[in-house]
Amino acid sequence: MASALQILAPDGSVVGEPPGLSDEELRGLFVHMLQIRCMDGRMLKLQRAGRIGFVGTATGLEATLVGAAAPLRREDWLWSGLREGGAAVMRGLPLAEYVAQMYCNANDTAKGRQMCNHFQHKGTNYPSWSSVIGTQITHGVGAAFASMRRGEDTVHAIHFGDGATSSNGFHSGLNFAGVWKVPAVFVCTDNGWAISVASSAQTAASSFAAKAPAYGFPGIEVDGNDVLACQSAMSDAIERARRGEGPTMVVLKTYRMLGHSSSDDPTKYRADEEVEAWAKRDPIARYERFLTDRGVISKGERADLEAQLLVEIDAVIHEQEAAPPMALKTLVEDVYAEVPYHLRREYNDFIAVAEKLGHAQPGDGAFPL
Amino acid sequence: MANLTLIQAVNDGLRTVMKADDSVVVFGEDVGPKGGVFLATEGLTADFGESRCFDTPLSEDGIIGTAVGMAMNGLRPVAEIQFQDFIFPAFDQIVSEAAKLRYRSGGQYTAPMVIRTPYGGGIRGGLYHSQSGEAYFAHTAGLKVVIPSTPHDAKGLLIASIQDPDPVLFMEPKALYRSVKGEVPEGEYTVDLSTLRTVREGGDVTIYCYGAMVPVVERAAAQAAEQRGIDCLVVDLRTLMPLDEEGVLEAAKQTGRVVVVHEAPRFCGYGAEISALIAEHCIEYMEAPVRRVTGFDTPFPNTLEHHYLPDDRRVLDAIESVYDF
Repeated sequence: MASALQILAPDGSVVGEPPGLSDEELRGLFVHMLQIRCMDGRMLKLQRAGRIGFVGTATGLEATLVGAAAPLRREDWLWSGLREGGAAVMRGLPLAEYVAQMYCNANDTAKGRQMCNHFQHKGTNYPSWSSVIGTQITHGVGAAFASMRRGEDTVHAIHFGDGATSSNGFHSGLNFAGVWKVPAVFVCTDNGWAISVASSAQTAASSFAAKAPAYGFPGIEVDGNDVLACQSAMSDAIERARRGEGPTMVVLKTYRMLGHSSSDDPTKYRADEEVEAWAKRDPIARYERFLTDRGVISKGERADLEAQLLVEIDAVIHEQEAAPPMALKTLVEDVYAEVPYHLRREYNDFIAVAEKLGHAQPGDGAFPL
Repeated sequence: MANLTLIQAVNDGLRTVMKADDSVVVFGEDVGPKGGVFLATEGLTADFGESRCFDTPLSEDGIIGTAVGMAMNGLRPVAEIQFQDFIFPAFDQIVSEAAKLRYRSGGQYTAPMVIRTPYGGGIRGGLYHSQSGEAYFAHTAGLKVVIPSTPHDAKGLLIASIQDPDPVLFMEPKALYRSVKGEVPEGEYTVDLSTLRTVREGGDVTIYCYGAMVPVVERAAAQAAEQRGIDCLVVDLRTLMPLDEEGVLEAAKQTGRVVVVHEAPRFCGYGAEISALIAEHCIEYMEAPVRRVTGFDTPFPNTLEHHYLPDDRRVLDAIESVYDF
């Protein structure tokens, strides 16, 4: 990773130019990184307990999420993949909505339509992804075109993983973005593995970043376990896009410490030594050493911060356990702006049976035909 | 009123909406200065500027994917897929993204957009310039599928589609682009989606059709009246999804004898849905089995396309068979 931008070495020592952030801002990044790890831990426990169905963790990727999202403004868009939920919380997605989405319960703003780990937050322009790899890339480019056409200086950060660089959407998206010169930043989080396929097996190109110049814009590699390097590289790329100078691809090289999801056993396809080597590059430990050396946090403060975060998360979980049942009407709503005749009839047929069986709740009543 | 061909009516519809709404953008392959391979977008770049009507790189997946993003962020994209046969690279963006966005986001995000695409045979285009893929799309919840058959409907349905809050696949019967002409009102008007059009009144046999099959069925119905005194009720479905089911069932009850005509293959084709609806909801009115007149369950041929496509003789034979049953 010699060519990748690095500001903090794995031992926390400063080897580059730190961004001009205040102590408070530096501390904020740390708290958000801790929050992501705490949420992952709690969500995994809930999954093991059978309370939620699926968890795609970001453990090991905290610097990429926090560093990449930190320079965005509230009105900028973040186009997400599986693991960007922590960035959404940092930008304003209420923790309650995050947890409700993991429960897919009636408080979920998506009405439990999607499986876990498909967060959205309209207030900070964070649409959910679909699950189909790479499809959000062209969406981000089209939306960036719309922002540009209205003369806004809004920027679109379009996230995807190493596997997505092989998708149709990657090629179409980067190609259209280069031709249209839209205000977008392509954020490729290369976490080493697309489920069980190593990132080295995705391409014969010398690097993922090397693909960007073929589309007419720069690509840079960044140490994705160095939050300051992520923040700095993204800040430059975002400001470049905001100035109307076109897109950049930023490749954040990191490592997915856990399985692809709670349903995956990574020991089947990767060596323990590889995982241990990356554990020594842990992004939180590295940044903690830097902050401690600088006096931004005190020794042992991390434990207090984590305890506080867990209290907050647990309170939200407790709340979401008590969510009301999902209204059956949501089965056929939001397919179209208005429920069409055939769906009203299908629903009415269904509700007649549900009522007979006693499954219907108050408010589930039939649609007028 | 102007007397326009169907493709002129499409062009007129686009102009009308572009004038009224600055957020409407028209794009696709060769739609800019050239005006599209069929000239549907002729003059739009000259009259509205390159920011309103423009060429894209050659990628259907890219065209539809970026259209979804534009629609999510305040524009009203009207994307052209040059031939419906070329739409499949964008199939995923249409059925998994545009069509499901409102549902999967609980209504937080939507994709109000139109995909215009010429479909169907009759121009000696072979396998890849002739297909009728409407059934793939009518099977997709969240998508609307619209097919006009007259210049009047082409303009009115297109304007309604662009103004609709949901994504619409607007399939244009290319065989009719210049072969039909009709009166088209000037300025803005709409034809409501999900409403069928009664082409011809009749009490003996009901025929359902759409797009390029409508004139074929009209000819067959005229022959049936002339040769056998059979009065056919001809129904142009116009919107395949969501279908005007009440109108369809009402038309079936009126005669008790039904023929469905489409040029797409038969197996799991749109005619199967019409047939099943009738079987489920008004079998007691039926005097004869439903007959389907369709393309073959083969790829679309080239040299023998005039045998593949339903013609008035095959339709007439079906009319007589359900009438004489």
